[in-house]
Amino acid sequence: MSVAPAESLHSPVERPVSPGRMALHRARESGRLLWGGGFLLVMLILCLGSLPWTTSRERASSLYFDHQDTSRSYAQPSTGDVSLLLGADRLGRSLLGRALAGGAISLGIGVMAAGVAVLLGLTVGLLAGFAGGWVDNLLMRLVDVLYSLPYVLMVILIKIALEPALAGLMPSQAANLVVLFLAIGLVSWLTMARVVRGQVLSLRSQPFVEAAAALGLPRYRILLRHVLPNLAGPVIIYATLTVPQAILQESFLSFLGIGIQPPMPTWGLLASEGLADGLNPVNSRAWLLVVPCALLALTLLSLNFVGDALRDILDPRREQEKL
Amino acid sequence: MLKFIAWRLLQFPLTLAAVYLITFTLAWVAPGSPFDRGERNLPPEVLEAIKQSMHASSAWEFLAYYPYNIIVNGDFGYSFNYEEWTVNDILAAALPVSVTIGLFGLTFAVIFGVALGTLAAVRRGSALDWLSLGIAIVGISLPGFVTAALLLVMFAVRWPIFPVGGFGSFREVILPGIAVGLMPMAYIARLTRVSMLEVLSSDYIRTARAKGLSRMRVISHHALRNAFLPVLSYLGPATAATLTGSFVVEQVFNLPGLGQHFVNSVRNRDQTLILGTVMVYSLILLTMNLLVDIAYAWVDPRIDLEEKKTA
Repeated sequence: MSVAPAESLHSPVERPVSPGRMALHRARESGRLLWGGGFLLVMLILCLGSLPWTTSRERASSLYFDHQDTSRSYAQPSTGDVSLLLGADRLGRSLLGRALAGGAISLGIGVMAAGVAVLLGLTVGLLAGFAGGWVDNLLMRLVDVLYSLPYVLMVILIKIALEPALAGLMPSQAANLVVLFLAIGLVSWLTMARVVRGQVLSLRSQPFVEAAAALGLPRYRILLRHVLPNLAGPVIIYATLTVPQAILQESFLSFLGIGIQPPMPTWGLLASEGLADGLNPVNSRAWLLVVPCALLALTLLSLNFVGDALRDILDPRREQEKL
Repeated sequence: MLKFIAWRLLQFPLTLAAVYLITFTLAWVAPGSPFDRGERNLPPEVLEAIKQSMHASSAWEFLAYYPYNIIVNGDFGYSFNYEEWTVNDILAAALPVSVTIGLFGLTFAVIFGVALGTLAAVRRGSALDWLSLGIAIVGISLPGFVTAALLLVMFAVRWPIFPVGGFGSFREVILPGIAVGLMPMAYIARLTRVSMLEVLSSDYIRTARAKGLSRMRVISHHALRNAFLPVLSYLGPATAATLTGSFVVEQVFNLPGLGQHFVNSVRNRDQTLILGTVMVYSLILLTMNLLVDIAYAWVDPRIDLEEKKTA
């Protein structure tokens, strides 16, 4: 072997790429993440940014979600007036305003419900995986039992059971909202708990966790500093995939009339309100159904895209294409 | 194998007991009693008599008597809401409707889902692939009440190929069956496509092709079997869900199925009917999961069921 010239010390050596950098690179390459994430971002900015107009009665805005004007009853979508861009419903309320306000509420419920599910699933999964033994056994059998309960019935039952407890604490509209996402969250954490537990079990037997234990680190520190960060990937993925489920669940509850109470809108509520008008074979007002459905479908699709793309990006072993 | 089945069957009563306890607690915590109904309140003596006939004078008496009656007589007692009917009668009337429609929907979902997923994987990037994506979007990201109503308006009102509603003849099963099967079909197509892509790139498929077997034969005889496994594990919960009916589809097509009771029993605070519905659902789900596990071992002989038991 010849002596290397001095400058070769600084020559570009094949440096190992960190997992984070690799993930970032894959994220930039992923079309699904860009399109899905981009759409969601635009949707979020539109819905949240327009809240001052869609929720305030004072500004006398025709975008206000409950601004009724019978002269505009069933106005067709037209470009003249901003508030009539997507047409109006029977009471002459601007569909654009209602769709924007409803989007904020739908997305809010989805995110909060997913948050509840993550919190619960993470706690149970961590506890089961880390404690092991009978605690693990007990918790996982509980998850098994809860899996064999009918989802639909449980959401309604939990919602009704929780309602009076919260009604005393806050105004009824707020209580209804909180109960709604709590109920949806409380039935959506099971998969998360299973995934987290499995991940913890596999992490626990890894050399770096054993090393941390051998160094004498207390258990809570191992949990917080060594196990928890490694759970971020699966947790983010499942949280992203729980949001569309929760939004769909809310739309079902709205259809039953036990979701958000009118006149407050959500996309699900708008879709179920628009059902009769939109599908009326004699005098169809298709926009009342098409707009909320398109918004719902595109948003749910984007969320699924982002979730699947994140799965591919954060988990290098799974390089398959989804959907 | 037999040992595995026996072990699982032994767990059934335990799981069902836990399901019962959870449901019972929730149903009793939920406010409102089926006996107070605003304006048409019954005189207190009559109410007391009804309660006594149901062993429901207090929650405690009910708590003791009710499970005994279920276990010994298989009897869920009278419905609290429809006083003339027993829960058993209600379930027995509704279940066949839901099962008929669910079976049709499930068959539809599996056949078309697997076919669509396979075609999408084989002709990746083609129009078929996009079609399967489109169907998956409709099935997964539109609320069920929209797809069911769309089907009704399209194929019963605009082009009256099928009857608008009701239950009796086979023609009346088709449309609600498709409505029930649409979402599972979308999931199955997705699952099949993903696992098919994975299987098709594996070594044994290349070997089979290299031996000179035709593409068709390799896909139908070699690849499909393995690609079907993820679908199979999805089929456990999916079967239980479709066989017990869908509230939305029953509402849209005006069917007397079981799905309505999942919603209405809670709305009416009909505690006995809530318990009956939940127990029937749980029993079907547990049975389906067991069947799926057995089928798993049959499709993929590498899977050792006995091992799963201890895990």
